[in-house]
Amino acid sequence: MPITLKCHKGIGPAVTGTALVAQDNFSARYDLDRLKGVFSRPAHKLYGQSYLDRILVVVTAKGGVASAWMLREMTARGMAPKAIVFDRANTILAQGAAFADLTMVDRFEGGDPTTLIRTGDEVRIEPDKGLVTILNRD
Amino acid sequence: MKLTDEERAMLAGEAGPARQWAIRHQIAVGDFFDAPDFVPVGQAHIMADTESLGEAGVAWLEELAALPRDQRLVRIPTITDPRGLDFNSYKRLKQTDAMAALEGRAIRAFEALGVMMTNTCINYQTILPPVRGEHLAFGDTGVVIYSNAVMGARSNFEGGPSALSAGLTGRTPRYGYHLDVHRAGTKHFALSHQPRDLSDWGALGGIVGKATNSYWEVPVITGIAAAPNSDELKHFGAAAASFGSVALFHIPGVTPEAPTLVDAFQGRAVPAATPIGAADFEAFYATYAARGDKVDVVVFAAPQLSLIEMQQVAGLLDGRRVHEGTSLVVTTSPEIKFAADRMGLTRRIEDAGGVVAAGVCFYQSYAREMAEANGWQRLLTNSAKLVNIIAGYGYKPTLASMERCIDSAVAGEVL
Repeated sequence: MPITLKCHKGIGPAVTGTALVAQDNFSARYDLDRLKGVFSRPAHKLYGQSYLDRILVVVTAKGGVASAWMLREMTARGMAPKAIVFDRANTILAQGAAFADLTMVDRFEGGDPTTLIRTGDEVRIEPDKGLVTILNRD
Repeated sequence: MKLTDEERAMLAGEAGPARQWAIRHQIAVGDFFDAPDFVPVGQAHIMADTESLGEAGVAWLEELAALPRDQRLVRIPTITDPRGLDFNSYKRLKQTDAMAALEGRAIRAFEALGVMMTNTCINYQTILPPVRGEHLAFGDTGVVIYSNAVMGARSNFEGGPSALSAGLTGRTPRYGYHLDVHRAGTKHFALSHQPRDLSDWGALGGIVGKATNSYWEVPVITGIAAAPNSDELKHFGAAAASFGSVALFHIPGVTPEAPTLVDAFQGRAVPAATPIGAADFEAFYATYAARGDKVDVVVFAAPQLSLIEMQQVAGLLDGRRVHEGTSLVVTTSPEIKFAADRMGLTRRIEDAGGVVAAGVCFYQSYAREMAEANGWQRLLTNSAKLVNIIAGYGYKPTLASMERCIDSAVAGEVL
């Protein structure tokens, strides 16, 4: 029986993918090498790791208005994560997801998703229903 | 969201495809944040440098710009944040003609939309300062936090697409910092060490920002001995926003929504204060310390310099020469650059070996490519915001006062 997590209604299409989890924050401008698809800020907990095709699970979004443009530009080049899951999104990342039609959810009933979802989990996100399902665990 | 007849007409496409896209985008964002309705806004400020727009973003803007005039023009004064490059200085900074060409396309598209190319992140000092209670759709986190906290205006962080949407529709979804409920203080910090200069104010912003670490938290700072000036609060706010995604702060007795400590928390219980002392400042600077290292580039930016800061930099450089192995870059807004040219400040800085660039802010202008083309790695600045963000572009940043930055630029090493 997969684990079902309730969250606030989100943005973008339903997707399934592999989770990449960090108890850290996220900024497309400051944390990423967007050409190579890896985390490039040395202080970031995912430094050096690829986010391509992953469902990124992080705590919150950090400063940097540019992320709103960048998610669409990254999506257009096929260099975006498959979805982003926040404990709490900020306005910029929500706006960027809406502009890029990238899947994004936040505000979980069970608490911080970085403590509920593990790196490597197979995860299904249904933004319109406000549901995240961990498929590989029960 | 509850829509007016006019908003429903825009959604139905009756005001053309640009406004239809804009209001659709705004409703998606408004629904995500449970906005009950729209609020009219007085100005929009768009962060849209070409580095973040990319080819995809510029091509998208050009599609909007090709629409008939009545369908494409913004409805409220809409201004821009710093650009990807300055046409007058890009060659000296080894930016490329391809970057300049993309920049030119973006500017032509924005101008066709009726956007004013102010190219500034200090519009609250130079263009039209916000007023208490005024609803705005501002981009650039430093602009938003200053407008909210110091002026008492009301804006969320509006990314480029959302700020452009607000320009096209004349409104924005009513959520976040448009609502009284989100503007109450939630965290309390008590200062026992006074900031001495702009880099100290930025360091304080960094300390408070790191400890706050959420768009939805509002720090309240007590223990500040005398009212800071606009440049000091500019550096404080920009760093708090950068380190912690913070969009509003209160300083009782200084900022307009907090005549008293009780007002800062909207009458709710005042939480116990987290102390901030000299040791916290020392630890903050120590994170970036590199005494004795060769300095590749000294940067005064993030936010752009006021006329007062331009005068300070010029005064510190008078009669001196930047080391031949070091570059010195100063960024300011086009308006301040005109004033600095007229008053001879630009000449004094450039005679000493510096480059004054207008309408850019360094980090938004292909910083990675500039580092590679110029062989820059060790960067020295008095901007706490810049030391926070520039490491992701391959730099090793160090924070120091303006005086020590310039002494180091002349010596060619971190003093």
